[in-house]
Amino acid sequence: MEAIQNITLKVWRQDGPADGGRFENYNVPEISDEASFLEMLDVLNERLINEGKEAIVFDHDCREGICGTCSLMINGQAHGPARMTATCQLHMRKFASNDTIVVEPWRASAFPILKDLMVDRSAFDRIIEVGGFITAPTGGAPDANLIPIPKPVADAAMDAAECIGCGACVAACPNGAANLFTSAKIAHLNMLPQGQAERFARTEAMVEKMDEHFGSCTNHGECEAACPKGISLDFIALMNQDYRKSKFKNRKSLSRT
Amino acid sequence: MASTISKPAPDRSPVTGTATQKRKRKPFLLDIYSTAVGKKYVMAITGIIGIGFVLVHMIGNLKMYLGPAEFDHYAEFLRELLVPILPRTVTLWLLRLTLIGAILLHIHAAYSLTILNRKARPVKYQSERDYVAANFASRTMRWSGIIVLLFIIWHLLDLTAGTLNGSGFVRGHAYENVVNTLDRPAVAIFYIIANIALGIHLFHGVWSLFQSMGWSNPRFNKWRREAAIGIATLIVVGNVSFPIAVLANIVKVKS
Repeated sequence: MEAIQNITLKVWRQDGPADGGRFENYNVPEISDEASFLEMLDVLNERLINEGKEAIVFDHDCREGICGTCSLMINGQAHGPARMTATCQLHMRKFASNDTIVVEPWRASAFPILKDLMVDRSAFDRIIEVGGFITAPTGGAPDANLIPIPKPVADAAMDAAECIGCGACVAACPNGAANLFTSAKIAHLNMLPQGQAERFARTEAMVEKMDEHFGSCTNHGECEAACPKGISLDFIALMNQDYRKSKFKNRKSLSRT
Repeated sequence: MASTISKPAPDRSPVTGTATQKRKRKPFLLDIYSTAVGKKYVMAITGIIGIGFVLVHMIGNLKMYLGPAEFDHYAEFLRELLVPILPRTVTLWLLRLTLIGAILLHIHAAYSLTILNRKARPVKYQSERDYVAANFASRTMRWSGIIVLLFIIWHLLDLTAGTLNGSGFVRGHAYENVVNTLDRPAVAIFYIIANIALGIHLFHGVWSLFQSMGWSNPRFNKWRREAAIGIATLIVVGNVSFPIAVLANIVKVKS
């Protein structure tokens, strides 16, 4: 283990949703290169608490890259400089001694800042609520392979289902668009036999709900690059295709009256 | 039991007050156009119309290298398209109206999407962004688009209306008009800059339209970028060759 010395942290502090907010500088004299970025913030927070100051508020939960709770714009990149990792999986060895690291919350009108680095991502829930599920009551788990699904199809659906809903796509998007999130949530159901019955109603409802909160896609590809799960832009194309089809479907086959 | 997709849950949004707009059902085509994804279809389709036009326009202009007779004959042919099914110039005007409609829709969609995107991030990042995937072309679409638009307006006044062509504009003498206008170095440089902007616009636009239309297939996905580079290069090289040829006296009015 080696220690990284003298890190300067420039952290966004904001007292509440209505506060204007500002950057504050903190010095971290020494931190292990094995520490994760969040552990480094923990160490700093311990010190702030001991000094009688208010700790920096940030979202975190599982700390193994599967819950989608952590966020942070680190040096201008969502989840920091490492590819396909969440902030909790970002290690301090990615930085060097004497570095200055700028930390900011996600910024989007759909993600209002609650305090410091913590944002409210419940706009994502609004999108899921209108179609990110299968309506039929499914009962107990069915026998394996009762519904035949080719392996490549299951794999593709799983690639989409990997989305942990962290919001890095929205944060990284220059337009604040949520197309990668929404398309992943649509695709992982639309690719499977269980999702076919409501395929087009789902797509229509979720795309239009997304539209109420977020910006529009201009195909920069920043979302794909920022995604800790490496969700592909191809899912956005699939969503665009299914939305177009949904608009040309017989209204009754969408079970709409 | 959970609510169904066809009968949505009672509208609880915006719990966080983040909705920037509220949807209303509209007549079919307007309904599609009212969503951002729908506007992107319009951007893509009108973009395809535009690409088709600039390709044909460039190929037609290559007749310049065959001399005044060929070039003027081609210009006259455009006015006589589909004669005698339709009267003279009717087809040309229908094509022109389609192009004007496409460009107006392209601009309106771009404008309203830009407004939507501004609303989606009212407070910018306070530190510098470090872009990973976005390229120069994709970041400057609005600027390259504005340059091309200004150029189109100038170009129409120059060689269609003739008002900016200088004193010598004669309707029907297409070859002479082109050579006369491009003989002015400032104009030639403007033509070159505008066409480079068009190439940058197409470098992102051609790639992007596949995504917007949902045309994604592992069989051809890897060729989308190459197609964009190919089309952009073809159009820029072809179009930029004209002002250079005139300035270099390769194409000139024989006196």
